[in-house]
Amino acid sequence: MAQRRRENIPHLPTEEQYLNCIRCGLCLSACPIYRETLRETDGPRAHVVLVRKYAEGELDISPEFVDLMYKCLDCEACNAICPVGIRPADLAMEMRQVIHKTTPQPWLKKPIFHGYFPHPLIQELSVLPLLLYQRLGLQTLARKLGILKLLPRQLQDMEHMVPELPARSLRQVLPEEIPPMGEEKHRVAFFLGCFQSTIFAQESEATVRVMARNGCRVFTPKQVKCCGMPAAGYGDIDLVKSLARFNIDLFLPLNPDVIVTDCATCGSTLKHYGEILKDDPEYAQKAEAFSAKVRDISEFLMSIDIRAPRGEIRARVTYHDPCHLVRAQKVRKQPRDLLKLIPGVEFVEMKESDWCCGSAGTQILTHYHNSLAVNRRKMENVRATGADIVATGCPGCQMQLTMGSNHYNVNVRVVHPIQLLEEAYRREEAQIADETSTGE
Amino acid sequence: MIEPRVVKELEAVVGKEHVLSSPEDLIAYSYDSTFEEHKPDIVVSPANTEEVSQVMRIAYRENIPVVPRGMGSGLAAASIPYSGGMVLNLTRLNRILEIDQENMIAAVEAGVVTADFQATVEEMGLFYPPDPSSIKHSTIGGNIACNAGGPRCLKYGVTSDYVLGLTAVLPSGEILKTGGKAIKNVTGLNLTQLLLGSEGTLAVITEALLRLMPKPKYTRTAMVTYMQLDDAARTVNAILLEGVVPATIELMDDTTINTIEEYLHLGLPTDAAAILIIETDGSDEQTVLREMETVARVARECGATDVKVAQSDAERNELWRGRRSVSPSLARRRPNKLGEDISVPRSAIPEAIRRIKAISAKYNLPIVVFGHAGDGNLHPNILFDKRDPDEWHRVEQISGEIFGMAVELGGTLTGEHGVGVLKQPYLEMALGKTAIAIQQGIKKVFDPKGLLNPGKKFPAA
Ligand SMILES: Cc1cc2nc3c(=O)[nH]c(=O)nc-3n(C[C@H](O)[C@H](O)[C@H](O)COP(=O)(O)OP(=O)(O)OC[C@H]3O[C@@H](n4cnc5c(N)ncnc54)[C@H](O)[C@@H]3O)c2cc1C
Repeated sequence: MAQRRRENIPHLPTEEQYLNCIRCGLCLSACPIYRETLRETDGPRAHVVLVRKYAEGELDISPEFVDLMYKCLDCEACNAICPVGIRPADLAMEMRQVIHKTTPQPWLKKPIFHGYFPHPLIQELSVLPLLLYQRLGLQTLARKLGILKLLPRQLQDMEHMVPELPARSLRQVLPEEIPPMGEEKHRVAFFLGCFQSTIFAQESEATVRVMARNGCRVFTPKQVKCCGMPAAGYGDIDLVKSLARFNIDLFLPLNPDVIVTDCATCGSTLKHYGEILKDDPEYAQKAEAFSAKVRDISEFLMSIDIRAPRGEIRARVTYHDPCHLVRAQKVRKQPRDLLKLIPGVEFVEMKESDWCCGSAGTQILTHYHNSLAVNRRKMENVRATGADIVATGCPGCQMQLTMGSNHYNVNVRVVHPIQLLEEAYRREEAQIADETSTGE
Repeated sequence: MIEPRVVKELEAVVGKEHVLSSPEDLIAYSYDSTFEEHKPDIVVSPANTEEVSQVMRIAYRENIPVVPRGMGSGLAAASIPYSGGMVLNLTRLNRILEIDQENMIAAVEAGVVTADFQATVEEMGLFYPPDPSSIKHSTIGGNIACNAGGPRCLKYGVTSDYVLGLTAVLPSGEILKTGGKAIKNVTGLNLTQLLLGSEGTLAVITEALLRLMPKPKYTRTAMVTYMQLDDAARTVNAILLEGVVPATIELMDDTTINTIEEYLHLGLPTDAAAILIIETDGSDEQTVLREMETVARVARECGATDVKVAQSDAERNELWRGRRSVSPSLARRRPNKLGEDISVPRSAIPEAIRRIKAISAKYNLPIVVFGHAGDGNLHPNILFDKRDPDEWHRVEQISGEIFGMAVELGGTLTGEHGVGVLKQPYLEMALGKTAIAIQQGIKKVFDPKGLLNPGKKFPAA
């Protein structure tokens, strides 16, 4: 049995690596969940031991075991701190794959992951009710009447997560090719994420415009499909692979210099396509080539000679490091540098800027209390900076921070760094227009 | 097995979600930072002294063994529940109750993480010096129960030098208060100190009054290189004789240096016989600088071939990075390591290291030596593969020889990690029969039924 179980976990650490876990417990200090629940079972050290016990046939997959693996935020803080190089967060994700394969799955899972995420159009239709709710003034009315107070707090929190939706998805309105303003210096393929298309469209619009302003010809393939992260998070690795193959075939023929995304989560998945498809004889090389081209927007902009905007944004700004950017992609400095390019911005560093905000995709749905508790720590650190704006490059974090600022009454605006940059460019243009119109 | 009616009672005290008994929970509380394992029957996580007292009362009545546990970073297997019964998880007692700036005293609960406490007081310009390398993943209660030390002990002393008073719960459930805010206190026997280092065998510590200091404003750090181990050892005493007490003097031997270098590529001198990391600190910049100058001069006089003083915080961190990476680097070399913790008089350090090297050669297993040279506390780490029964057998023989050697040189079995179960076989050699009998007698007074952390620290009477 142990042998079969071992084969189920593709990257199960070798016995050598298990023994290498010296159980020092350092990972507990970095685990946002353990630091809230103070229960060893929730911590990375226990996860390493539990997976080992499972592989050795001493422990079965129980509902509690499943819950432990799903409770992990996959923020990778334990991976980063482990002095021995063991990656407990990865182990939890791999266990989810085993669970997906070996245990009966909730009936909803299949329609969500196979019927929903891979199909952009269905996603777009699904936000329609929300859109109507907002556009017909129902949202304002509901808020005014205090109807939301009647809902359980969790629903209220979720209601506050979502920003004002665009009338049409960005995928439908964005031209597939946008020429550079001025001389062409870079050929960029833009990977438009699902959230960025349906909910945070303004941001991706800003991303594309900022790139065009800085000499990029931008291609945005309309057929783009989900990067695969939601499926990966729920252990469906086969689906992730098929999405990866589709996107690779869509993007590589465009022959771009780089593939840019403004979603930390998409970026971290796309950069892993090489690893995900490494055993696929037909795709291994292509996937490697694809991943090598992927850049987060801040990473890309800071690697080219971008022009600082002249428009001012007078605000105290702090920055939250998304786990999928700071640890999964090692992008820490660039978003800060980007913000510091903007005249008028007073940048303040928050304490524990890379501590997870508690979003981790769907934790607010599946583990509401933990998600909120982890978020409290984040919001207290944001509050302590006295910032007017908190910037972060991940839609999941943005929603969670927006929810948290409402829940914990922290008065901040949550934005993507690129939005501020674009705003500054627009102000610059407005100033110039002003000056020319007064004839000076 | 614990009867359902007792489980109900415990749930009524601490809340249902804080009584754990799933297979996953029992595994999660079956280990600490050693390679030992044994499952408890139940895990109970109270939130304050009163709840601890009620839980203990129930356990006492029902004759359930109780093993107190902090964050499980112990290195002597002292919190492994071999006896089964209850693990009393104390991490929820995590409030800092009071910081009395005027008296420079803090009241904290036992489950507070040491690094969190240090950060809190440092923000106020205060300083809590005890700094076991496990500060981020150990609790104040665990530190008190082990009387933890660390690199800063040379100048600032160990945990027991900072504990003025304790609140503890006896196995019977009675609450015991010792000491107080008064700095001088000789009223009665010193029960506070008796509980320090008692490894959870006498009472459950729930709250502590801790002495604070003003935070030193300036620090200088140097890395000193030697081609002869003896020269490094001589330097330690020579510096102290000059009237300079550095905050730390940390030693790493050639094997340690090479192991770290292999893993981190910091540019350490791999041909050196030893390195000392020496730090001076204080509230007057000129004094700290002058002390470092003295350190450098004395080190050279004693034969140091290179003295490198960090010029910036970044350089200082780089120097410490090597020292802090010792344990993990070792784990990358061989699957297992047994970290010993002997303490010898300072003057015996060179001899101790020579003998350890000879033992390593005799048994043909690598032993790396590093530690807090300033106070004679050495950590010989034996590297091995536990799956090989022959290697494991040799490890046991090596341990015995190292402890014998330490005692012979006027030293002892453990400077900071404690006895737990791992060092019990050598206890009599270190303490003698009489001392053990007295300690067993004291244990009886606190714990007549022998229910609290049974089988740890000293053999049952
Ligand atoms: C990487 C690493 C580095 C270390 N470095 C050092 C060092 O430099 N110096 C040093 O001294 N130690 C060091 N240690 C050893 C250990 O971390 C410390 O001794 C620490 O004090 C243990 O605290 P804990 O909260 O993890 O206690 P645990 O490991 O949970 O328990 C240790 C012992 O204390 C008892 N105990 C815990 N809490 C209580 C309580 N509230 N009341 C009564 N008994 C209690 C337990 O029963 C057990 O006997 C290190 C350990 C590791 C893994």
